[in-house]
Amino acid sequence: MSARTIQGQKNLQNINQASKDGIGGSPLRPDGNLKVKGEFAYSSDMWHEDMLWGTALRSPHPRATILSVDISEALKVPGVYAVLTHQDIPGSKYYGLEIQDQPALAIDKVRYHGEAIALVAADHPETARRAVKKIKVEYEVLTPIVTEEQCLDPGTYGYVHEPHEYKSHAYGNICHEQRLVSGLGVTDEVRALADVIVSGDYEVGMQDQAFLGPESGLAVPAEDGGIDLYVATQWLHVDREQMAPVLDLPEEKVRLTLAGVGGAFGGREDISMQIHACLLAQHTGKPVKIVYARDESFYGHVHRHPARMHYEHGATRDGKLVFADCRIVLDGGAYASASPAVVGNAASLGHGPYVIPNVKMHAIALYSNNPSCGAMRGFGAVQAAFGYESQMDKLAAELGLDPVELRQLNTMSEGDYMPTGQQIDSPAPVADLLRRAKEMPLPPPLDTAHLDVRQLPGALSNTSHGEGIVRGVGYSVGIKNVGFSEGFDDYSTARVRLEVIGGEPVAMVHTAMAEVGQGGVTVHAQIARTELGVEQVTIHPANTEVGSAGSTSASRQTYMTGGAVKLAAEAVKRALIEKGRRRYGWTHDDITLAGGKVVSARSGALVSMVDLLGDEAIDLTREHHHRPTVPFDKETGQGFGHVQYTFCANRAVVDVDVELGLVKVVELTAVQDVGKALNPLSVVGQIQGGCTQALGLAVMEEIIVRDGKVRNASFTDYLIPTILDTPPIPVEILELPDPHAPYGLRGVGEAPTVSATPSIVAAIRNATGLALNRIPVRPEHLTTELPG
Amino acid sequence: MEFLRPATWDEALAAKAEYPTALPIAGGTDVMVEMNFDVHRPSAILDLNRITELTQWSNDGGVVRLGASVPYARIIDELSGPLPGLALAAHTVGSPQIRNRGGVGGNLGAASPAGDSHPALLAAGRDVFVEAASVRGTRLIPIDDFYVGVKRNSLAADELIRAVHIPVADGPQQFSKIGTRNAMVIAVCAFGFALHPKDGTVGTGIGSAAPTPRRAVEAEEYLRGVLAERGLWESGDLLGTEVIQRFGELVKAAASPIDDVRGTADYRRHALAVMARRTLTWTWNDYSKQIRSAA
Ligand SMILES: Cc1cc2nc3c(=O)[nH]c(=O)nc-3n(C[C@H](O)[C@H](O)[C@H](O)COP(=O)(O)OP(=O)(O)OC[C@H]3O[C@@H](n4cnc5c(N)ncnc54)[C@H](O)[C@@H]3O)c2cc1C
Repeated sequence: MSARTIQGQKNLQNINQASKDGIGGSPLRPDGNLKVKGEFAYSSDMWHEDMLWGTALRSPHPRATILSVDISEALKVPGVYAVLTHQDIPGSKYYGLEIQDQPALAIDKVRYHGEAIALVAADHPETARRAVKKIKVEYEVLTPIVTEEQCLDPGTYGYVHEPHEYKSHAYGNICHEQRLVSGLGVTDEVRALADVIVSGDYEVGMQDQAFLGPESGLAVPAEDGGIDLYVATQWLHVDREQMAPVLDLPEEKVRLTLAGVGGAFGGREDISMQIHACLLAQHTGKPVKIVYARDESFYGHVHRHPARMHYEHGATRDGKLVFADCRIVLDGGAYASASPAVVGNAASLGHGPYVIPNVKMHAIALYSNNPSCGAMRGFGAVQAAFGYESQMDKLAAELGLDPVELRQLNTMSEGDYMPTGQQIDSPAPVADLLRRAKEMPLPPPLDTAHLDVRQLPGALSNTSHGEGIVRGVGYSVGIKNVGFSEGFDDYSTARVRLEVIGGEPVAMVHTAMAEVGQGGVTVHAQIARTELGVEQVTIHPANTEVGSAGSTSASRQTYMTGGAVKLAAEAVKRALIEKGRRRYGWTHDDITLAGGKVVSARSGALVSMVDLLGDEAIDLTREHHHRPTVPFDKETGQGFGHVQYTFCANRAVVDVDVELGLVKVVELTAVQDVGKALNPLSVVGQIQGGCTQALGLAVMEEIIVRDGKVRNASFTDYLIPTILDTPPIPVEILELPDPHAPYGLRGVGEAPTVSATPSIVAAIRNATGLALNRIPVRPEHLTTELPG
Repeated sequence: MEFLRPATWDEALAAKAEYPTALPIAGGTDVMVEMNFDVHRPSAILDLNRITELTQWSNDGGVVRLGASVPYARIIDELSGPLPGLALAAHTVGSPQIRNRGGVGGNLGAASPAGDSHPALLAAGRDVFVEAASVRGTRLIPIDDFYVGVKRNSLAADELIRAVHIPVADGPQQFSKIGTRNAMVIAVCAFGFALHPKDGTVGTGIGSAAPTPRRAVEAEEYLRGVLAERGLWESGDLLGTEVIQRFGELVKAAASPIDDVRGTADYRRHALAVMARRTLTWTWNDYSKQIRSAA
């Protein structure tokens, strides 16, 4: 299959920047202008001669037995090439990120609203949609198991997966659980040590990643019986690992290339259309493209786990934490997805960046007939942060202390221990982050003499001309792990090639890293420039021809694949210098590469790379493994489970129309330690983006599910912040190197998403005096206690 | 699917008569979304975009005749003076892109209870008319008779909206809308209000809080009575909290909202009362300033 007929692969290949654009510089992203101008080729823009369009029939019921599926009428529709059910799957019928519990197409039952039952390929997308409507499915509709109470009482309400079907250590509709005890745990004796105790029940709604580019890809059958898939995803190799057994192909015959990704945020970590498109391509022998419609996208990917949490904190009169107890119930929905890792994060990070002598924790993820939940930016840590930070404010109020001071009395620093027993062995300037957030100048008060409605809650909706507006300020801090945890070796691979092209030394970086908007390709070029002293760097399209780069998630790509690029570039550098030593007999011990030359610090330029390389290329591949971690003990939660920690502190300033319950975030300050900012502009962008997504969770973003049915599968009613909702986000960056990480860097993308939400809720509480134990905070939560 | 592109109004009427099930498309900001979501599979689409007269308006000093397809962006730029309530409503519609495409004709065609034009049109008075035409002739439908059910209007199958007749404002007008974000949001509920000093009436319009947009009749009557009895139109004196409060209560009572994904019925009632009080206060303050400066 020639790649020339594939359109939409050219986005990220050329980065021609001067070497001032090495690490620490802020060269612009190659995809930036294209995206702003609407010229970027997304996965949904791909086209292939003779291609078919695939689409899926999805269940309208959250729980039902499938009595029969009749595809005969659909097959008769002119233009239809294939209609497939699970019976047509050549290999394994199940897949899954961590636990293979999800059928590629429903088998005899459906477990969530929107589960795929059958596939159609046709010569026109409209034909495919029409044919789907002709598939007749007979259901026996069952009462969905959707609440915590129902899930935990399978004797009465039944099982989402029959116990004999469990493919892991699940039991009784509990997909995964993790307990943790440290110090003396939390007993009545421990409680008695505290002067004050505060407790609360907190709830987090189901957030969606809400990426703008719908799931899409193009599967092209190859002459060798294999398949080439061009797809927008977060991790090419883990897709392939799950796809190959279902397609009954050896992994090397399933070749993936990254297509233009329109946002991810965790929502592309699971399989969506990958297997479906390949099954149809295998069956028809033709290229098959699938692009989800917007509603299908909301059904077709996992969401952030909704959570119900109970927290109890005890402290001494002077504000020192004595104990913390917590139970976190995450609704994982129908299939496991990333639930085990989400539980692990919630349990291990769920007490926040605080030193607490006595801790207890119990976190579980349920199986239910709600939509499946899995990875989303900051998973596990986001939900918990809303709980523990709400508790810190409550405790401060109870003790009559300033909420920032109370936190600072208890924040962890380098050398302290996590409740898991893991020592924090790199900088953890938590108290300092809070201090800096607090010391940033406050925005001016509302200028009531010259009101501009655009600055008020409601903006141009014209609901207030100054009436009812109260300002509030809130603070929060959060902790997130970087990289995969609990013994997982999520290594990254990079290939770096150095050769002379057009009379200039040019480096090429080839990885399987999914560029999903984080700016990884920019950073890879920066690393190659710095390590190799060249100006020209080309980024090879990401594909499975090179080894795994792991997932673009867990704030890990710059650390992991950036680290691999560094290793590979260093190896190339050594090989080049070695070549020079052999040829010229250099004995210098101060040789490096700079400005396209091999240079000695004392003797100056030794030879140009062009002359040294001639027509030979140096082409080396290296793997980067982070330091090993171990699984947490199931009962005590103890273990060196995380690679690295990252912290962010926020201050939110809000104006609330307390009569109407409308909120305008006036300013959202972020202070974060990033170890080393490889690209400061990108770092600020990540932090501002993370804060904005956190703002969405605080005040508007929620998938509304009633009796297992999704009620707002569109951007009409799933609201994400617009520019009028997004305040100025001043960012202060600290660079305290982590000795264990490449360049000392710390993953950036998730920490602000963890920490910013609670600061906004705290600010709304400050303005209203309300308890606000559930997010997103909706207008009616702010007005129910008011006379109207 | 047929795609009909009449060049003139008469051709459009002829086409609509021939294909009564043809779906008219103006800005397409409702039509295209619904087609994407597979709500409609029309046998034919009747594109009105070549008919330039639909994008024109005229003002004879007493009444603005607003072409069905004049986009919101132009209502804001060109008609904020004579139609302040509608212009404020237009400000709240969607995003700049939507305001460049969508217009009042489409809003009336869709007749969604959440359409933002409706409360402003109702508040503009009982002399607002939808000019509907067919090959059979033209009729002026009073705005109060236009909305007949959820997303249903009183157009016949062969009729098209040509224009809307809206009296030029003779007093202050306001429009407020609740949304859970600060832009580009469908109304949780909305309220339009206008003072009509010339005939001593007031106008109200409630959006997104009943199966159709509706007027708060008792609230209008109450306020009309109070303003007349106390000679407030002449004096411009303060209304007093009791009157404002009562007006809010009556607006609230006029709504019959439901709980849905956008908000609860209780919240909608509460918010309507607040918006009613605030818009009354703003318009009355403006009015009394005018009276006092004239005095
Ligand atoms: C992102 C987005 C945001 C939006 N935000 C808002 C909002 O804030 N407030 C709001 O009120 N609406 C909103 N809408 C809906 C829409 O923009 C408005 O209803 C707009 O007024 C429709 O105008 P249009 O010209 O685009 O109508 P079209 O989509 O062309 O038509 C709408 C309906 O009217 C019919 N129609 C159009 N012209 C005529 C005619 N001359 N005679 C008879 N029938 C006709 C059509 O057949 C169709 O049924 C939004 C839409 C989108 C996509």
